[in-house]
Amino acid sequence: MSANIVIVIIVTSLATYLSRFLGVISSEKIKETSRLFRWFNCLAYSTLSALIARIVIFPSGSLSEIDYLIRFIVIILSIVVFYLTKKNLVYPTLFSAIILSILSSYV
Amino acid sequence: MINTKYFLKGLKSIKGVGSPAIALGASFVAIGALLKNLGFSIQESIFSTFLTYALPGSLVMAESMFIGASLINIFIAVWLVNARLYPMTVALMPLLMHENQPRWKYYLSCHFIAVSSWLIMKDNYEAIEKVNRIDFWIGIGIATWSIAIFSTIIGFLASDFLNKDMLIGLAIVNPIYFICMMIGAMKTIQISLSVLLGGILGPVFYFLSPEWCILFGGFVAGSIAYFIGERSVS
Repeated sequence: MSANIVIVIIVTSLATYLSRFLGVISSEKIKETSRLFRWFNCLAYSTLSALIARIVIFPSGSLSEIDYLIRFIVIILSIVVFYLTKKNLVYPTLFSAIILSILSSYV
Repeated sequence: MINTKYFLKGLKSIKGVGSPAIALGASFVAIGALLKNLGFSIQESIFSTFLTYALPGSLVMAESMFIGASLINIFIAVWLVNARLYPMTVALMPLLMHENQPRWKYYLSCHFIAVSSWLIMKDNYEAIEKVNRIDFWIGIGIATWSIAIFSTIIGFLASDFLNKDMLIGLAIVNPIYFICMMIGAMKTIQISLSVLLGGILGPVFYFLSPEWCILFGGFVAGSIAYFIGERSVS
Protein backbone atom coordinates (compact mmCIF):
# COMPACT_ATOMS: atom_id res chain seq x y z
CA MET A 1 0.00 0.00 0.00
CA SER A 2 1.26 3.45 -0.81
CA ALA A 3 1.91 5.49 2.33
CA ASN A 4 0.36 8.60 0.86
CA ILE A 5 -2.98 6.95 0.08
CA VAL A 6 -3.07 5.22 3.45
CA ILE A 7 -2.59 8.55 5.23
CA VAL A 8 -5.40 10.12 3.18
CA ILE A 9 -7.68 7.20 4.08
CA ILE A 10 -6.86 7.56 7.77
CA VAL A 11 -7.42 11.33 7.69
CA THR A 12 -10.78 10.78 5.93
CA SER A 13 -11.88 8.17 8.44
CA LEU A 14 -10.87 10.32 11.43
CA ALA A 15 -12.78 13.29 10.02
CA THR A 16 -15.79 11.00 9.67
CA TYR A 17 -15.54 9.19 13.00
CA LEU A 18 -15.19 12.51 14.83
CA SER A 19 -18.85 13.45 14.26
CA ARG A 20 -20.06 9.99 15.24
CA PHE A 21 -17.90 9.97 18.38
CA LEU A 22 -18.98 13.45 19.52
CA GLY A 23 -22.55 12.38 18.84
CA VAL A 24 -22.26 9.48 21.29
CA ILE A 25 -20.70 11.74 23.96
CA SER A 26 -23.61 14.19 23.60
CA SER A 27 -26.12 11.33 23.65
CA GLU A 28 -24.98 10.29 27.14
CA LYS A 29 -26.67 13.41 28.49
CA ILE A 30 -29.72 13.62 26.25
CA LYS A 31 -32.94 11.83 27.17
CA GLU A 32 -35.08 10.52 24.33
CA THR A 33 -38.11 12.30 25.76
CA SER A 34 -36.43 15.72 25.90
CA ARG A 35 -37.04 18.70 23.65
CA LEU A 36 -33.37 18.72 22.76
CA PHE A 37 -33.71 15.20 21.41
CA ARG A 38 -36.73 16.17 19.32
CA TRP A 39 -34.83 19.14 17.93
CA PHE A 40 -31.87 16.96 16.98
CA ASN A 41 -34.28 14.50 15.41
CA CYS A 42 -35.57 17.30 13.17
CA LEU A 43 -32.01 18.41 12.39
CA ALA A 44 -31.01 14.87 11.44
CA TYR A 45 -33.89 14.41 9.01
CA SER A 46 -33.57 17.89 7.51
CA THR A 47 -29.80 17.58 7.07
CA LEU A 48 -30.23 14.20 5.38
CA SER A 49 -32.89 15.61 3.14
CA ALA A 50 -30.66 18.58 2.28
CA LEU A 51 -27.84 16.17 1.44
CA ILE A 52 -30.01 14.03 -0.82
CA ALA A 53 -31.49 17.08 -2.57
CA ARG A 54 -27.98 18.37 -3.15
CA ILE A 55 -26.82 15.05 -4.61
CA VAL A 56 -29.78 14.96 -6.99
CA ILE A 57 -29.89 18.63 -8.00
CA PHE A 58 -26.17 19.49 -7.97
CA PRO A 59 -24.47 16.13 -8.49
CA SER A 60 -20.70 15.95 -8.67
CA GLY A 61 -20.15 12.63 -10.42
CA SER A 62 -21.66 10.84 -13.38
CA LEU A 63 -25.21 12.02 -12.58
CA SER A 64 -24.23 15.56 -13.63
CA GLU A 65 -24.21 14.42 -17.24
CA ILE A 66 -27.92 13.71 -17.10
CA ASP A 67 -30.42 16.42 -17.94
CA TYR A 68 -32.42 17.90 -15.04
CA LEU A 69 -35.69 16.92 -16.64
CA ILE A 70 -34.67 13.27 -16.98
CA ARG A 71 -33.45 13.11 -13.37
CA PHE A 72 -36.73 14.64 -12.26
CA ILE A 73 -38.83 12.20 -14.32
CA VAL A 74 -36.89 9.19 -12.99
CA ILE A 75 -37.39 10.33 -9.37
CA ILE A 76 -41.12 10.92 -9.81
CA LEU A 77 -41.61 7.56 -11.57
CA SER A 78 -39.61 5.76 -8.86
CA ILE A 79 -41.74 7.31 -6.12
CA VAL A 80 -44.84 6.14 -8.03
CA VAL A 81 -43.36 2.62 -8.17
CA PHE A 82 -42.64 2.85 -4.42
CA TYR A 83 -46.33 3.52 -3.73
CA LEU A 84 -47.62 1.02 -6.30
CA THR A 85 -45.56 -1.75 -4.71
CA LYS A 86 -46.86 -0.89 -1.22
CA LYS A 87 -43.64 0.77 -0.11
CA ASN A 88 -41.30 -1.91 -1.30
CA LEU A 89 -37.80 -0.44 -1.56
CA VAL A 90 -36.25 -3.02 -3.87
CA TYR A 91 -38.46 -2.36 -6.91
CA PRO A 92 -38.12 1.44 -7.12
CA THR A 93 -34.33 1.27 -6.71
CA LEU A 94 -33.92 -1.40 -9.41
CA PHE A 95 -36.42 0.42 -11.62
CA SER A 96 -34.56 3.73 -11.30
CA ALA A 97 -31.21 2.25 -12.35
CA ILE A 98 -32.67 0.50 -15.38
CA ILE A 99 -34.83 3.37 -16.59
CA LEU A 100 -32.03 5.91 -16.16
CA SER A 101 -29.50 3.74 -18.00
CA ILE A 102 -31.98 3.38 -20.85
CA LEU A 103 -32.86 7.07 -20.93
CA SER A 104 -29.23 8.16 -20.78
CA SER A 105 -28.20 5.97 -23.68
CA TYR A 106 -31.13 6.77 -25.98
CA VAL A 107 -32.19 10.31 -25.18
CA MET B 1 -21.81 -9.99 25.85
CA ILE B 2 -23.95 -9.48 22.78
CA ASN B 3 -27.43 -10.97 22.74
CA THR B 4 -27.31 -13.26 19.70
CA LYS B 5 -31.04 -13.30 19.15
CA TYR B 6 -31.26 -9.55 18.66
CA PHE B 7 -27.96 -9.36 16.84
CA LEU B 8 -29.23 -11.88 14.28
CA LYS B 9 -32.51 -10.05 14.05
CA GLY B 10 -30.60 -6.90 13.13
CA LEU B 11 -28.44 -8.83 10.70
CA LYS B 12 -31.56 -10.07 8.92
CA SER B 13 -32.82 -6.53 8.38
CA ILE B 14 -30.99 -6.50 5.06
CA LYS B 15 -33.38 -9.08 3.65
CA GLY B 16 -36.91 -8.53 2.40
CA VAL B 17 -38.92 -5.71 0.88
CA GLY B 18 -37.16 -2.96 2.81
CA SER B 19 -33.74 -4.20 1.90
CA PRO B 20 -31.03 -1.57 1.59
CA ALA B 21 -28.70 -4.13 0.00
CA ILE B 22 -29.25 -3.07 -3.61
CA ALA B 23 -28.97 0.66 -2.98
CA LEU B 24 -25.99 0.30 -0.70
CA GLY B 25 -24.36 -2.22 -2.99
CA ALA B 26 -24.83 -0.05 -6.08
CA SER B 27 -23.24 2.98 -4.53
CA PHE B 28 -20.24 1.14 -3.12
CA VAL B 29 -19.71 -0.70 -6.42
CA ALA B 30 -19.41 2.79 -7.92
CA ILE B 31 -16.97 3.80 -5.16
CA GLY B 32 -14.86 0.69 -5.74
CA ALA B 33 -14.62 1.52 -9.44
CA LEU B 34 -13.84 5.17 -8.68
CA LEU B 35 -11.06 4.30 -6.23
CA LYS B 36 -9.48 1.93 -8.71
CA ASN B 37 -9.47 4.67 -11.35
CA LEU B 38 -7.85 6.99 -8.81
CA GLY B 39 -4.96 4.57 -8.47
CA PHE B 40 -5.93 2.81 -5.24
CA SER B 41 -4.92 -0.83 -4.81
CA ILE B 42 -7.59 -3.34 -3.84
CA GLN B 43 -6.31 -3.40 -0.25
CA GLU B 44 -6.49 0.38 -0.04
CA SER B 45 -10.03 0.42 -1.45
CA ILE B 46 -11.18 -2.14 1.12
CA PHE B 47 -9.36 -0.28 3.87
CA SER B 48 -11.12 2.95 2.84
CA THR B 49 -14.65 1.57 3.04
CA PHE B 50 -13.76 -0.43 6.17
CA LEU B 51 -12.57 2.66 8.04
CA THR B 52 -14.78 5.42 6.66
CA TYR B 53 -18.07 3.78 5.68
CA ALA B 54 -19.76 7.01 4.68
CA LEU B 55 -20.36 7.51 1.01
CA PRO B 56 -20.25 11.31 0.64
CA GLY B 57 -17.02 11.36 2.66
CA SER B 58 -15.36 8.84 0.35
CA LEU B 59 -16.49 10.84 -2.68
CA VAL B 60 -15.06 14.04 -1.25
CA MET B 61 -11.81 12.22 -0.45
CA ALA B 62 -11.62 11.03 -4.05
CA GLU B 63 -12.35 14.49 -5.46
CA SER B 64 -9.85 16.15 -3.14
CA MET B 65 -7.11 13.69 -4.08
CA PHE B 66 -7.90 14.24 -7.73
CA ILE B 67 -7.22 17.98 -7.43
CA GLY B 68 -4.23 17.37 -5.15
CA ALA B 69 -5.65 18.97 -1.99
CA SER B 70 -3.53 19.07 1.18
CA LEU B 71 -4.24 16.72 4.09
CA ILE B 72 -5.70 19.49 6.23
CA ASN B 73 -8.01 20.53 3.39
CA ILE B 74 -9.11 16.93 2.92
CA PHE B 75 -9.82 16.68 6.65
CA ILE B 76 -11.94 19.84 6.63
CA ALA B 77 -13.80 18.93 3.43
CA VAL B 78 -14.63 15.43 4.69
CA TRP B 79 -15.58 16.70 8.14
CA LEU B 80 -17.94 19.25 6.58
CA VAL B 81 -19.73 16.76 4.35
CA ASN B 82 -19.96 14.14 7.10
CA ALA B 83 -20.86 16.51 9.95
CA ARG B 84 -24.49 15.46 9.39
CA LEU B 85 -23.46 12.29 11.24
CA TYR B 86 -23.41 14.33 14.46
CA PRO B 87 -27.14 15.18 14.56
CA MET B 88 -27.87 11.70 13.20
CA THR B 89 -25.95 10.12 16.10
CA VAL B 90 -27.61 12.36 18.67
CA ALA B 91 -31.02 11.51 17.18
CA LEU B 92 -30.29 7.78 17.43
CA MET B 93 -28.07 6.89 20.40
CA PRO B 94 -30.37 8.12 23.20
CA LEU B 95 -32.88 5.56 21.92
CA LEU B 96 -30.29 2.80 22.38
CA MET B 97 -28.68 3.89 25.65
CA HIS B 98 -29.25 1.51 28.53
CA GLU B 99 -27.48 1.42 31.87
CA ASN B 100 -27.02 -2.36 31.76
CA GLN B 101 -25.05 -2.17 28.54
CA PRO B 102 -21.29 -1.49 28.42
CA ARG B 103 -20.16 1.84 26.99
CA TRP B 104 -17.74 0.37 24.45
CA LYS B 105 -20.65 -0.98 22.46
CA TYR B 106 -21.84 2.56 21.83
CA TYR B 107 -18.44 4.02 20.98
CA LEU B 108 -17.59 1.18 18.61
CA SER B 109 -20.96 0.76 16.96
CA CYS B 110 -21.33 4.48 16.22
CA HIS B 111 -18.98 3.70 13.33
CA PHE B 112 -21.95 1.98 11.66
CA ILE B 113 -24.01 5.15 11.56
CA ALA B 114 -24.65 5.89 7.91
CA VAL B 115 -27.81 6.90 6.12
CA SER B 116 -29.18 3.45 5.31
CA SER B 117 -28.43 1.78 8.66
CA TRP B 118 -29.76 4.83 10.50
CA LEU B 119 -33.02 4.90 8.57
CA ILE B 120 -33.54 1.16 9.15
CA MET B 121 -32.93 1.54 12.88
CA LYS B 122 -35.25 4.55 13.14
CA ASP B 123 -37.88 2.53 11.33
CA ASN B 124 -37.63 -0.52 13.62
CA TYR B 125 -36.45 0.47 17.10
CA GLU B 126 -39.91 0.72 18.66
CA ALA B 127 -40.47 -3.00 18.22
CA ILE B 128 -37.37 -3.85 20.32
CA GLU B 129 -37.11 -3.49 24.12
CA LYS B 130 -34.69 -0.76 25.04
CA VAL B 131 -32.07 -3.00 26.65
CA ASN B 132 -31.76 -5.08 23.47
CA ARG B 133 -31.70 -2.23 20.98
CA ILE B 134 -27.92 -1.82 20.94
CA ASP B 135 -27.40 -5.48 19.99
CA PHE B 136 -30.07 -5.18 17.31
CA TRP B 137 -28.28 -2.07 16.07
CA ILE B 138 -24.90 -3.83 15.97
CA GLY B 139 -26.54 -6.50 13.79
CA ILE B 140 -27.86 -3.87 11.36
CA GLY B 141 -24.50 -2.15 11.39
CA ILE B 142 -22.43 -5.25 10.69
CA ALA B 143 -24.83 -6.28 7.90
CA THR B 144 -24.84 -2.94 6.07
CA TRP B 145 -21.12 -2.38 6.62
CA SER B 146 -20.32 -5.84 5.20
CA ILE B 147 -22.40 -5.14 2.10
CA ALA B 148 -20.50 -1.89 1.63
CA ILE B 149 -17.09 -3.59 1.91
CA PHE B 150 -18.12 -6.50 -0.31
CA SER B 151 -19.52 -4.12 -2.95
CA THR B 152 -16.35 -2.04 -2.92
CA ILE B 153 -14.43 -5.20 -3.84
CA ILE B 154 -16.91 -6.02 -6.62
CA GLY B 155 -16.72 -2.47 -7.96
CA PHE B 156 -12.93 -2.53 -7.91
CA LEU B 157 -12.79 -5.83 -9.77
CA ALA B 158 -15.54 -4.92 -12.23
CA SER B 159 -14.40 -1.38 -12.98
CA ASP B 160 -13.14 -2.25 -16.46
CA PHE B 161 -16.53 -3.65 -17.41
CA LEU B 162 -18.58 -0.75 -16.08
CA ASN B 163 -19.35 1.70 -18.85
CA LYS B 164 -20.57 5.26 -18.40
CA ASP B 165 -24.28 4.44 -18.72
CA MET B 166 -23.98 1.72 -16.09
CA LEU B 167 -22.21 4.07 -13.69
CA ILE B 168 -24.97 6.63 -14.20
CA GLY B 169 -27.53 3.93 -13.44
CA LEU B 170 -25.62 3.02 -10.26
CA ALA B 171 -25.44 6.67 -9.21
CA ILE B 172 -29.23 7.17 -9.12
CA VAL B 173 -30.02 4.06 -7.04
CA ASN B 174 -28.86 5.42 -3.71
CA PRO B 175 -30.68 8.79 -3.88
CA ILE B 176 -33.86 6.96 -4.93
CA TYR B 177 -33.55 4.58 -1.99
CA PHE B 178 -33.03 7.49 0.42
CA ILE B 179 -35.91 9.50 -1.04
CA CYS B 180 -38.29 6.54 -0.66
CA MET B 181 -37.06 5.83 2.89
CA MET B 182 -37.51 9.49 3.84
CA ILE B 183 -41.04 9.57 2.40
CA GLY B 184 -41.79 6.42 4.41
CA ALA B 185 -40.48 8.12 7.56
CA MET B 186 -42.76 11.17 7.21
CA LYS B 187 -45.19 10.15 9.94
CA THR B 188 -45.21 13.22 12.18
CA ILE B 189 -45.48 16.94 11.42
CA GLN B 190 -41.94 17.53 12.61
CA ILE B 191 -40.34 14.85 10.49
CA SER B 192 -42.45 15.66 7.41
CA LEU B 193 -41.58 19.35 7.63
CA SER B 194 -37.91 18.55 8.29
CA VAL B 195 -37.72 16.40 5.18
CA LEU B 196 -39.61 18.85 2.94
CA LEU B 197 -37.87 22.02 4.14
CA GLY B 198 -34.45 20.33 4.14
CA GLY B 199 -35.01 19.24 0.55
CA ILE B 200 -35.82 22.83 -0.42
CA LEU B 201 -33.35 24.81 1.70
CA GLY B 202 -30.33 22.57 1.09
CA PRO B 203 -30.27 23.38 -2.65
CA VAL B 204 -31.25 27.02 -2.01
CA PHE B 205 -28.28 27.49 0.32
CA TYR B 206 -26.08 25.91 -2.33
CA PHE B 207 -26.12 29.26 -4.12
CA LEU B 208 -24.65 30.90 -1.02
CA SER B 209 -22.06 28.24 -0.24
CA PRO B 210 -21.70 24.82 -1.87
CA GLU B 211 -19.59 23.56 1.06
CA TRP B 212 -21.87 24.70 3.86
CA CYS B 213 -25.27 24.30 2.16
CA ILE B 214 -26.06 20.91 3.72
CA LEU B 215 -25.32 22.06 7.27
CA PHE B 216 -26.82 25.55 6.96
CA GLY B 217 -29.84 24.37 4.99
CA GLY B 218 -30.36 21.41 7.31
CA PHE B 219 -29.97 23.51 10.45
CA VAL B 220 -32.44 26.20 9.37
CA ALA B 221 -34.94 23.68 7.97
CA GLY B 222 -34.78 21.40 11.02
CA SER B 223 -35.14 24.28 13.46
CA ILE B 224 -38.18 25.71 11.66
CA ALA B 225 -39.75 22.23 11.54
CA TYR B 226 -39.05 21.75 15.26
CA PHE B 227 -40.69 25.03 16.29
CA ILE B 228 -43.74 24.57 14.08
CA GLY B 229 -44.11 20.99 15.32
CA GLU B 230 -43.78 21.97 19.00
CA ARG B 231 -46.34 24.74 18.63
CA SER B 232 -48.88 22.56 16.89
CA VAL B 233 -48.63 19.89 19.60
CA SER B 234 -48.95 22.21 22.61
